[in-house]
Amino acid sequence: MTLSVEGLTVGSLVRDVSFEIGAGERVGLIGESGSGKSLTALSIMGLLPDELSASGSVSLHGRELLGAPERELARLRGAELSMVFQEPMTALNPAMRVGRQVTEPIRVHGRPRRTAEELLEAVGLPDTARAYPHQLSGGQRQRVVLAMAVVNNPSLLICDEPTTALDVTVQAQILSLIQTSLPAESALLFITHDLAVVASVCERVLVMLDGEVVEAGSTREVLTAPKHAYTRKLLEASDLEARR
Amino acid sequence: MRSLKIGGFLIGLVVLAALLSFVWTPFDPVKVDAAHRLLGFSGSHWFGTDKFGRDVLSQLMVGARTTLYVGVVAVGIAAVIGTPLGILAGMSPRWLGEFVMRVNDLVLAFPALLLAIMFGAVFGADTLTAMVAIGIATIPSFARIARSGTLQVMSTEFVLAARAGGRSRPTIAARHVLPNIAGLLIVQASVSFAIAVLAEAALSFLGFGTRPPTPSWGRMLQESQELLTVHPRLALVPGIAIAVAVLGFNLLGDGLRDRLDPRLAARV
Repeated sequence: MTLSVEGLTVGSLVRDVSFEIGAGERVGLIGESGSGKSLTALSIMGLLPDELSASGSVSLHGRELLGAPERELARLRGAELSMVFQEPMTALNPAMRVGRQVTEPIRVHGRPRRTAEELLEAVGLPDTARAYPHQLSGGQRQRVVLAMAVVNNPSLLICDEPTTALDVTVQAQILSLIQTSLPAESALLFITHDLAVVASVCERVLVMLDGEVVEAGSTREVLTAPKHAYTRKLLEASDLEARR
Repeated sequence: MRSLKIGGFLIGLVVLAALLSFVWTPFDPVKVDAAHRLLGFSGSHWFGTDKFGRDVLSQLMVGARTTLYVGVVAVGIAAVIGTPLGILAGMSPRWLGEFVMRVNDLVLAFPALLLAIMFGAVFGADTLTAMVAIGIATIPSFARIARSGTLQVMSTEFVLAARAGGRSRPTIAARHVLPNIAGLLIVQASVSFAIAVLAEAALSFLGFGTRPPTPSWGRMLQESQELLTVHPRLALVPGIAIAVAVLGFNLLGDGLRDRLDPRLAARV
């Protein structure tokens, strides 16, 4: 297993969450705001805010991450584990040129050199290396963030609502870019509250409510024959029915 | 961009006067000349002479050196100590940050001039002790600004993203925090520079700053006070010089902030 989470608990906000993601698997984590999705992701990354702490177990390739020393985590983050955040407008340092930021993960982890132009070209942004983030649109910035997240071929990529802040056409571009730029053997944990996105990206899905996983299964199963009342409510509330 | 140009011009004048004074002044600034006391503006003595017959322009030029020296050293001490302290306080666990800031408040509660007078009494009054005292008294303002800026930057997603990218805390401080609070610090530096120039003038005026006969704008003011009603120009000339330097640094700070912040630079 690439990632296995067992009995993860963060205060009363995340309670006894367990799941596993294998190599190359694309797993969705859905639920409404405040259901504990993002905290679950931050616990995996070891980036919980200072006042919160996680208990239980999170292991990557059998290596326990909870309670691991910060230095060890720093070595994994950006290399084995990486993350794309929700808000592309603030996810880049406004005072640093895009080209410099996009190559940073390589430099931090001492990987073989690749030029900023090459990396940006790969996400469809040629000639932007000298630009500052404010000169790019939201979708373009999210491409930069994504380029940074996948540059070191992580074993696990966590996307925390990467398309929520973008409009629909740009959403579709970013989604397909995530799928094409992520190496096939990498695992993906995709957090969203948009069921349509889950349906198009994920093979398996976990549904969270009030800090607990209330339903898990293959995307087809969960979306066509939901067992839990909350999942049914989610489905009714979305317009997925109309599109199907 | 206008404030940058005007500020740069005013400070340029002061710097030029200071540099020029190393190689040339119209007269010896400290030479007492009883035959030419209290002369008005004229072709040979542009700004006249003081009660000892010393040339005011020459004193002003050499005094510019003292002014810049004081500003650079005092602000340098404050920025070099205060900024890392503030960033540290903003990035470390809450109790440590609070501790650093409370100690900071203690220093802040101590009036700068009082500290400088105390330093003068203990270590002997001269330009260096005045500068160090002003510098120490200015540390808290840098630390505060740096901390509040750091707290703001630390709460942004790009710092979270940087941590998610495996970057260490010192790297985040140097690469992400410092560049994003540089604008704040530059404005603080220019304001502090202006305050330091004023403080040095005040200290020299009180006799705790630059010692005679080294010319200083503050001492020129002090020496002019008994003649204020008869020869107001003796007070006006150094007074205007101080005002020009202070205004210049303030404008320069404003302009630099606009210039250095890529988001603001795009708009102007």
